Amino acid sequence: MSEAETKIKIRNLYKVFGSNPKRAMKHVHGGLTKAELLEKHKHVLGLKDITLDIKARELQVIMGLSGSGKSTLIRHFNRLIEPTEGSIEIDGDDVMAYGEKRLRDLRRFKMSMVFQRFGLLPHRTVQENVSYGLEIQGVDQDEASKRAAHWIDRVGLSGFEANYPVQLSGGMQQRVGLARALATDAEILLMDEAFSALDPLIRTDMQSILLELQEELHKTIVFITHDLDEALRIGDNIAILRDGELVQSGDGQDIVLHPADDYIADFTKEINRAKVVRLRAIAQPISGEAPTGEPMPDSTVLEVALQKLTEAEGHILPVSNKAGQVTGQVHLADAVAALQSPHA
Amino acid sequence: MEFLTEFPEMGRRDLSQLRQGIDEGFKTFSRTYGEQLEAFFSPLLKFMVWFEKLLLAAPWPIIILIIGALAWAGSRSWKVTTGGVLAFLAIGYFGMWEDTMATLAIISVATILCIALGIPIGIMMARSDRMQALITPILDVMQTIPSFVYLIPVVMLLGIGKVPGLIAVCIYAIPPIVRLTNLGIRLVDREVLEAAEAFGASHRQKLFGVQIPLALPNIFAGVNQTIMMALSMVVIASMIGVKGLGVPVLRAISNQYLALGLMNGLAIVALAIIFDRVSQSYGKRLQSYRESGHE
Repeated sequence: MSEAETKIKIRNLYKVFGSNPKRAMKHVHGGLTKAELLEKHKHVLGLKDITLDIKARELQVIMGLSGSGKSTLIRHFNRLIEPTEGSIEIDGDDVMAYGEKRLRDLRRFKMSMVFQRFGLLPHRTVQENVSYGLEIQGVDQDEASKRAAHWIDRVGLSGFEANYPVQLSGGMQQRVGLARALATDAEILLMDEAFSALDPLIRTDMQSILLELQEELHKTIVFITHDLDEALRIGDNIAILRDGELVQSGDGQDIVLHPADDYIADFTKEINRAKVVRLRAIAQPISGEAPTGEPMPDSTVLEVALQKLTEAEGHILPVSNKAGQVTGQVHLADAVAALQSPHA
Repeated sequence: MEFLTEFPEMGRRDLSQLRQGIDEGFKTFSRTYGEQLEAFFSPLLKFMVWFEKLLLAAPWPIIILIIGALAWAGSRSWKVTTGGVLAFLAIGYFGMWEDTMATLAIISVATILCIALGIPIGIMMARSDRMQALITPILDVMQTIPSFVYLIPVVMLLGIGKVPGLIAVCIYAIPPIVRLTNLGIRLVDREVLEAAEAFGASHRQKLFGVQIPLALPNIFAGVNQTIMMALSMVVIASMIGVKGLGVPVLRAISNQYLALGLMNGLAIVALAIIFDRVSQSYGKRLQSYRESGHE
């Protein structure tokens, strides 16, 4: 796959909450920590020196515990929160330079958002909620309801068009939220803990819907979560925040196999590696004679590979890339070793 | 020790001069601007006269029909509708039809005026904390100052009649609609508002598409309170020349006519109950979307 272009480019982003953030920034640059800043100057350091590239048409997960600043960060992308310092570029355009009108257009046409507690308009029906963004865009009513109907169908809510949000379960309400965000045809989808309020089964269900839609729509999605399982399941890339700082950024393999510090290692300890680690992370270059047997795609997870390797002759099999070319080999021993967590 | 037992008050002469000064000042003001103010209010006066004449000229069965229809439209309840119609029939039967129509006229105009002024003021208050800090004490004064006190300057300025009566009613009746509009808008769920903002809604779109619709049940409670308070001012308004049910009540007080006072008083109560039930059930229907059909 060709190297994807950067959709959202964040450079040295800082956010300080308090009565005089500009003055507090001097102390931050002077090296005060979050705790010291709060103690001495009564200002909260929300985000500290965030630099992150979000690639087009990929699903970027931003992960962290509550209070780590992830919801604050996502609100900077559409400037629901203004940064204290730093720059945000979308498609190479400096969003911080936008006036009120261009900012509104950005929110109307380019980005849409899904909220943790759904943020549905309680006085509007499902149909009217889904067409809300289109109405704001100024799309005429016939066209808006036609497009809304399409997305209601796509998220599996046909038949509920005339219901009010309170009449729906949490999972169904979030489908409305998702349909509303998709209906505007925005290229960028911001999802703020979109599935966190749902119970586990429904959550898995919603993740599948999202992945299915993404396979076809290829939007740039920024997904906030505090759940590593969720992050690993859906994320192409994962960025981890702690206390407002970006501690690690990479794909799921990276995070699990090479945690940047103990904090992240702690996070990854409980993960079922067999379901996360893929062969591309552990394949070795072919040394000597290439192993026989049918090559396994490098996207195969260990869970599947282990079984095949056990049955294979000499417990070794070739690994192929997307194009089908053999790029390496893997031995059962490597696969078993990868199951072990580094700090176990 | 005299200092402690005798309050060090302003001298009697100074005090009387101060009062006279204020009185003179206001009299000069009212001599200079009285006519202009009257001219300013004259369209309102014409409208009130026209409306009262309309109510009195219309054949009574039509009025009853309209009242029944409005009660039904508002409440969708047979109980409230029949109750309202029966009350009006009784009012007419006991000879209070004309006074009731006059009262109905001033209450309607006062309510419309209070809504037209009160909702925009409430919206302004909800938008800025400074505005709220400024207007809240004014509302407190309007609600607590004895009505007779502000009747004095109103009468000095505009004399006796319908317009000063209307102003007196509005001063007393407007605070609830302002307060509840402000409260209703401030209580709108922040997350819903944030969602509207994230989709690029303009200030207008947020106000009319989200804030006002969601504040409507509270705004409506304010309208209901405003009507109730306007009705409670009927007797006081009649002291400065407003016709209606208050006039016979006043006469009954000065002449100790028990039955006359009771009947007209009960007619005011009947009006209040009809207005209240109709507007409350309408307000409840406005929030029918809050009823959950899902468990």
